[in-house]
Amino acid sequence: MLTDFFLHLKASKLPVSTKEFLTLLEALQQGVIGPSIDDFYVLARACLVKDEAHYDKFDRAFGVFFKGVTAIPGLEAEIPEDWLRRVTQTHLSPADRAKLEKLGWDKLMDEFRKRLEEQKEHHSGGSKWIGTGGSSPFGAHGYHPEGIRVGPESAGNRTAVKVWDQRQYRNLDDSVALGTRNIKVALRRLRRFAREGAVEELDLDGTISATARNAGWLDLKMRPERHNSVKVLMFFDVGGSMDDHIKVCEELFSAVRGEFKHLEYFYFHNCVYESVWRDNARRYATKQALLDVLHTYGPDYKLIIVGDATMSPYELVAPGGSVEHFNEEPGASWLRRLLDAYPGACWINPTHEPSWPYRQSISLIRQIMADRMYPLTIDGLERAMRQLSRKQ
Amino acid sequence: MSTRFEGTDQYVATSDLMLAVNAAIRLQRPLLIKGEPGTGKTMLAEEVASALGLPLFQWHIKSTTKAQQGLYEYDAVSRLRDSQLGDDKVKDIGNYIVQGVLWKAFAHDAPSVVLIDEIDKADIEFPNDLLRELDRMEFHVYETQQTVKAKHRPILFITSNNEKELPDAFLRRCFFHYIKFPDKETMEKIVGVHFPDIRENLLRAALEVFFELRDVPGLKKKPTTSELLDWLRLLAAEEIPAEHLRAPGGKPVVPPLAGALLKNEQDIALFERLVAMAKGNR
Ligand SMILES: Nc1ncnc2c1ncn2[C@@H]1O[C@H](COP(=O)(O)OP(=O)(O)O)[C@@H](O)[C@H]1O
Ligand SMILES: [Mg+2]
Repeated sequence: MLTDFFLHLKASKLPVSTKEFLTLLEALQQGVIGPSIDDFYVLARACLVKDEAHYDKFDRAFGVFFKGVTAIPGLEAEIPEDWLRRVTQTHLSPADRAKLEKLGWDKLMDEFRKRLEEQKEHHSGGSKWIGTGGSSPFGAHGYHPEGIRVGPESAGNRTAVKVWDQRQYRNLDDSVALGTRNIKVALRRLRRFAREGAVEELDLDGTISATARNAGWLDLKMRPERHNSVKVLMFFDVGGSMDDHIKVCEELFSAVRGEFKHLEYFYFHNCVYESVWRDNARRYATKQALLDVLHTYGPDYKLIIVGDATMSPYELVAPGGSVEHFNEEPGASWLRRLLDAYPGACWINPTHEPSWPYRQSISLIRQIMADRMYPLTIDGLERAMRQLSRKQ
Repeated sequence: MSTRFEGTDQYVATSDLMLAVNAAIRLQRPLLIKGEPGTGKTMLAEEVASALGLPLFQWHIKSTTKAQQGLYEYDAVSRLRDSQLGDDKVKDIGNYIVQGVLWKAFAHDAPSVVLIDEIDKADIEFPNDLLRELDRMEFHVYETQQTVKAKHRPILFITSNNEKELPDAFLRRCFFHYIKFPDKETMEKIVGVHFPDIRENLLRAALEVFFELRDVPGLKKKPTTSELLDWLRLLAAEEIPAEHLRAPGGKPVVPPLAGALLKNEQDIALFERLVAMAKGNR
């Protein structure tokens, strides 16, 4: 049944591994917890879930599973050997299997059997099993004819509503496959190492030659450590249609901030016009003329524009097309001006790539960008970074 | 020596945190602790060490920290200098091998606790670079051709503030626990640990303001337990009456000494605006 639980977590799209499952078995075998379903919940979570963003998913899966168990009749016919064998045969690699053996297979089996017996006794005594001290992690699985009832309706346990049913971690959930870490790894393709900044490393070759020149008297030479010296200039679209992509853009932003030492970023709405702003919360106070930006940051900066490029084509090609203010020059001219200033440039688009051909504004911008538009996926980012790191 | 952690009178540990700690100790796996700043991650390792009567070896990670530094460093510069001065020490390279935190813990004659604090500060590959050493609790010193092996596997705590920065291979080896920001009840206990004699009504009122403040949408930096404790210390020292934390009728005010809670100018401005709006609505 524990295996079923494990498979159930997998089916619920939790990224659990066999290695972690074995840790859980080992912990149970070592008696880390007593016979309480609450403790089993905490232990299983600590072993199997390594990201609080998945806590909520785990809670739901846990609730469903241990509720589901009571509903399946005939489970008591299943004997432990059966399903333990099944684990070893179907899910474990030979190495894992060996590890489990080492754990003391027989002891594990004995423990299961003992728990099984205990449960039967409890039941024939007619006592309400869960109310009298909780369930065994082994037994929680239907050997008891009535199984275990968890969930809001189960009374008499430590808390009226089970922790996992409270969904405390709901707002930590995220289903974005793209994590900051993955993004960072993709961004690493854009690196140019240089030594600048504080001196903090011994320059061995320099020291040797200086010392030699110094008639053998030591002349230490220090130098700065290597840093990624690539310079990045970013523009983020915060237009209304970008709201669907806030989360992933935040992740991108935080990764970019972590990865690039020389980073300048600005915000715009739908399309870049004559001005952009630095702090989205204080948009008017931090407004800057785009021309100033162009003059401040040299052509060695890599230009990255992040936006869904989704707008009325008017906004792009007509003066006065902006939804917000009267722009004297069309957005397309400003975009071209940017591209003239920065030979290394790309556009990152968080919308689904296959849908791009159906959007007129996207097609227009792709044309202006000379096809350098990439989706905000790991693959897209890698392509974008590879393109940017080419000699322009 | 007891090897079960039951909390201490300095530290409020929830039962699930204790369970995770004890599971990690028992199975000799690292325990990775995450949570907002100020949720007691660093303090946990200190308290576990003191509760179990074990020495604590702390390694505070900075952005420039390298995995190797936790093992050892070869101080080539000193050796070069000594050779210039004709010091005899120079013949033995071992004199210039400087032990890192992990080496010290491995070499310790009794069990110990090791804290790798704020691992997410380091370079993204840092945890991967330590996988083998932490798994096997041994490493090799190339300069002296010696293998350092832990006499006793230390109890290892690793803390992190950040989201999803750690590699899977590393995560799979750890137990993991996320310290949820304390609810009101737990927070009362935490405050009780620090200020056993605080006025009951002041504490109530202060906690109410504190949790409301944390709920203000759009704050750049929500006040944490540390800020609450600082604020309470000031409130008590200045003998501020509980009633001053609210306007008559229960409307919000900018509470006295709010600078201890909100340290960011923008946040203070935001909060003042909200209070002004709430007043205006009357
Ligand atoms: N559970 C707790 N029990 C007692 N004090 C706590 C607890 N959690 C936090 N604190 C207080 O908050 C301060 C900050 O805790 P710290 O361990 O530095 O947090 P973190 O490492 O998570 O940022 C501690 O010094 C302590 O005063
Ligand atoms: Mg800390």
